[in-house]
Parts: sequence; C-alpha cells; structure tokens
Amino acid sequence: MADRQASSKYWNPYAGGALLGVLLFLSYVLTGGGLGVSGALSRVTVAGERVFAQGHVNRTPYLGEMAGGKKNPLDFGLVYSLVGVVLGGFVSGALRGRVKVETYRGPLITDRQRWVFALIGGVLMGYGARLARGCTSGQALSGGAVLSAGSWAFMFAVFGGAYGLAYFVRRMWAEKEGA
Amino acid sequence: MAPYDLIAVLGPVGKWLPFVLIGFAFGFILESSGFGNSRKLAGQFYFTELTVLKVMFTGIIVAMVLIFSSSALGFLDYEQVWVNPTHLWPGIVGGLVMGVGFIIGGYCPGTSLVSMATLKLDGIFFVVGALVGVFLFGETVGLYWDFYNFTSDYGRMTLQGLLGVDAGIVAVAVVAMAIFMFWGGEKIRRLLHGNVEGATSARPWSYAAASLLGLSAVVALIGQPDMAKKWKFMAASLQPKLDSREVYVSPEELVNVMHDDYVQLMLLDVRSESDWNKFHLRGATRLAADQIPQLQEKLAGLGGTGAIVLIDNDEKVATEAWKKLMLMGKPNAYILEGGINAWLQRYGRGLLSPGTAAPIDSLTAAWGQNCEAARPLLEGHGSAPHAYRKIKLKAKVKKSGGCG
Repeated sequence: MADRQASSKYWNPYAGGALLGVLLFLSYVLTGGGLGVSGALSRVTVAGERVFAQGHVNRTPYLGEMAGGKKNPLDFGLVYSLVGVVLGGFVSGALRGRVKVETYRGPLITDRQRWVFALIGGVLMGYGARLARGCTSGQALSGGAVLSAGSWAFMFAVFGGAYGLAYFVRRMWAEKEGA
Repeated sequence: MAPYDLIAVLGPVGKWLPFVLIGFAFGFILESSGFGNSRKLAGQFYFTELTVLKVMFTGIIVAMVLIFSSSALGFLDYEQVWVNPTHLWPGIVGGLVMGVGFIIGGYCPGTSLVSMATLKLDGIFFVVGALVGVFLFGETVGLYWDFYNFTSDYGRMTLQGLLGVDAGIVAVAVVAMAIFMFWGGEKIRRLLHGNVEGATSARPWSYAAASLLGLSAVVALIGQPDMAKKWKFMAASLQPKLDSREVYVSPEELVNVMHDDYVQLMLLDVRSESDWNKFHLRGATRLAADQIPQLQEKLAGLGGTGAIVLIDNDEKVATEAWKKLMLMGKPNAYILEGGINAWLQRYGRGLLSPGTAAPIDSLTAAWGQNCEAARPLLEGHGSAPHAYRKIKLKAKVKKSGGCG
C-alpha cells in the first residue's frame, strides 16, 4: 500500500500533539474558544437548507436559532476556521506529495465497500456530534483541555463506542484474513 | 487580560482572520500527523497505531497546562474562556454514536476534512455523510427536544469544580494519566503486535513528559487566583472606570430606566435585611455581596438589553460587589450613585423625620416598597427614554467555542 511509504513521513505524534496543544492554547487566548469543526458543518448545512426552505428553518427551533429570519448562519468564527482547515490540510499534503486521488482501506475490502462504510460512518458521526454538541475537536480536545466535566465523559463514550465495536468490524481494517 | 475582544481590535471583517489562520494551522497539523489517513486513525482501536491517543492527549495536556499556568499568572481570564457546558446524557449518547461512526467510517469530522483536502475518496464520502448526519439531526432533534436540552444540563461544570480542588491539582492528575496511557498503550501494542521496525526512541519524550508534569505541579502550587488576586491582575483596566465615576448612575437616570420597558433591569440590593425592610426599590432583589458568585446562572440570562444596578446605603459595598461582577465578566453592571441615602434625599422627603441621621435611619416607618419613592413617577415627559447618559446597553460578545 502507498500509505506504508507515506506514513514514515508523518510527524512524530508527540511533536504533532505538542504543536496542537500550543495552537489550541492560542485559540483560547485569541478567541476565547477552542478548536471546532462540527458546529461549522452544521452552519454550512443550515445555510444550504435556508436557500430552499427559509420558512421551514424559521419554524424549526434548532435551525431558527442559527438561521431564522435575517440571521446569517455563516456569521460564526468556526465557519472561517473550517475553510482554514481544508486549506491547511491541502498545503500540508501537497508539500509531502500526499495529494492524490486514492482510497484508504484495509486490503480485505473493496474500494466501493469502503466508500459505503465511510458514508455510513460519516452520517453517524455527524448526527452524534450534534447530539453531543461537539465533535472530537470541539468537545474532546478543546473541552478536555479546559477541564469541562461533560467533555471528559463524552471522550470516554467515544473511545468506548469505538473500542466496543472494533472487534466486530475488524475485517474492515485488518491486514490479512483471520488477523 | 486575554481572551481579547476581536471585533474591537480587528473590526467586523478582520475579526475572522484569526479563525482562518487558526483553522489553517489546525488542518496543517492534523494532516502532518497522519490524521488524513483513516487506516492510521482506525489502527488506534486495534492497537496497531497509537497516533490518535498520542496526538490528542499530548495536545490536551499541553494546552491545559498552558491555559492554567496563564490563568495562575494573570495572563488569561479562565472565567472568560468558553468551557463546553455539560449536558451529560446527550453527550454520552452522542459520544457512543460517534464512537461507532468513528470505527465504521474511519474518521471524525475534523480529520475527514483534511482527508478530503488531500483528495482521499473515503474522506470525501465521509464528509458527505457527516453533512447528511448534521442535516438529519436538525430535522429530528425536535422529536426529543427535552432530552437534548433539559436532561442533565449542568451548565459550566468543570472537573475542579466537581472535585472541589484547585485546577492545578486536576492538571497534575490529567498529565499523569496521559503519561500512563502512553506507556500502557505502547505495552499493549507490543504485546499484540510485537516491535515495529524503525520505531523512534521515546527517551527524549519522557523527559518532555516529566517537565510537563513538573510544570503542572508548579501551577498547582501557585494556585488559581481568588477574587482578591484576580482584582490585582485586572485593576489596571477596571479601576479607572470607578475613578472616572462612569459606572455610577444618578437616581434620576435610574428612575428613567425603571420606566423603560425595553431595558431588562436587574436591581441588586446588597444591604442588610433590616435596611431592606425599611425601604427598597420596587423590583429589587436582595443579595448579600458574598453571594454574588452564585448569581452566575441568573445573570447569564441577561441579554444585550440587560443592565444590572447595584444598590447600597452609600456606595461602598456596592462598589465591592461591582468588582466581583466585573471579575465574573458581566459587562453591564452599574452602581447607584449615593445609594439609598441619596435616593431618599431626592424622592423620599415625606418619609423622613427631620434630623441629622442618614435618611435610611430616619425613616418614619418600615416602608419596604410600599411607597411612591420605591418607584417614583417619571418626570419630564417626552424626554427620550433611551438616551441614557451612563448606562450603555452594550451586548457582550457571546462566547461560543467548540462546536456551538
């Protein structure tokens, strides 16, 4: 697999983590808030929704809070941060020659199977992240660093859910049959 | 003291710049650490890779130690930092759903974005899925609105608050736990999968970890600032407001505001119960000055059209209470100029027996709020009610971090 070779060029995880920590700290100092992604995804989604159904958005409390009436759902810092994340990821990948069309998957499944699982996983992730009021970045990482009690409970739930199911879907990620 | 008011510094458009830059660095770090690769992420849950654990927990402990050391030294105001509110059960259920999504889909929302940015097809499918999931949530949360909003809602609940210890002590424990998990995780990985060739030495990193543990211990020793210490940190910016008397509102102005339905007025009376019984303004709430911190939640509901006015017999206790409110980050707080004594001089003539005692001590009866002076009529009809001289209805910038 191509990623075997590429993976050696990844940063040392402790170094990456330390930089991430400094960045998270800077985010709190500059903006008063941490890093986050799923909130921005939510804003983007509702921005799309109101183009077709402003009335529906107005009548739904959860959506109306973000985009009811004249409220602009994109008037939100993390939306801009979202654009930055995509750009930053692209530049980092481009510098290391990792920008290319491919599919990361375990060797025992096909590309198509992987796409379907990615789609399903994405749906669950998106739904769960809104229910939990934040994703791995906004809740676990940011909330964890400022010692929010709920964020720590959330973090253990995420790891619990993933470890709990990992055995049953091992074929998806395994290197070889029966591993 | 940080955090800063970005609109004031950078303007309404420029304020987005830090977000773009922070996002860029975030994406760059994620991709460089291998988070754009679902196999690397999923490996965490089979102990073939510990990248997720190492990057994430290193990030948490580094940021945490920086945040609480800055707070201890008076550089960052922790009260102003957005702490994710605890909605316990929605958080746990959502977390479990996400855990399932993580192992099936191979990404979390942030990592899927950098995967998409580097044109990984699984990442792109995941992002599409996540948007669909977010959409479905918006359409279905109404079905269990009460569970989402009102079950186990504990507001700003921190671990140090829950345990009743200094944040520095929690920081020491969290750093120690992270180090233990790094060490234990490696043990398990070797046990299951043997040594990985080309693995770098962990020795320099154990020194770094020990330093971080030491630093967090120092933070615990210094301790987080109490009110008195915090006032010292912030006096430079707040004392001038008292000296210039811009936060002292005259009785006339207060009467004006009392008659303005547009203003959500909160009158906090910080005097003794006996003085309160003698006379107080209609609509006021009595509150001992040391109870101010417990007001947090009530004050949180006060929006941009809200103003707090603190009431004393003179100004002394009210001024102390004002300092506390400022340290809690409540912007629209004011003090009644001259207190109740000045008020009674102005509006309570008929209630006072002649003498030299302070007006509150020369009341002819315990009037409570049952007299006109408790809510005087508006004088000078036609004066523009919103044209206040000192009370400014400035909405505080709503801090919403994480994924708000």
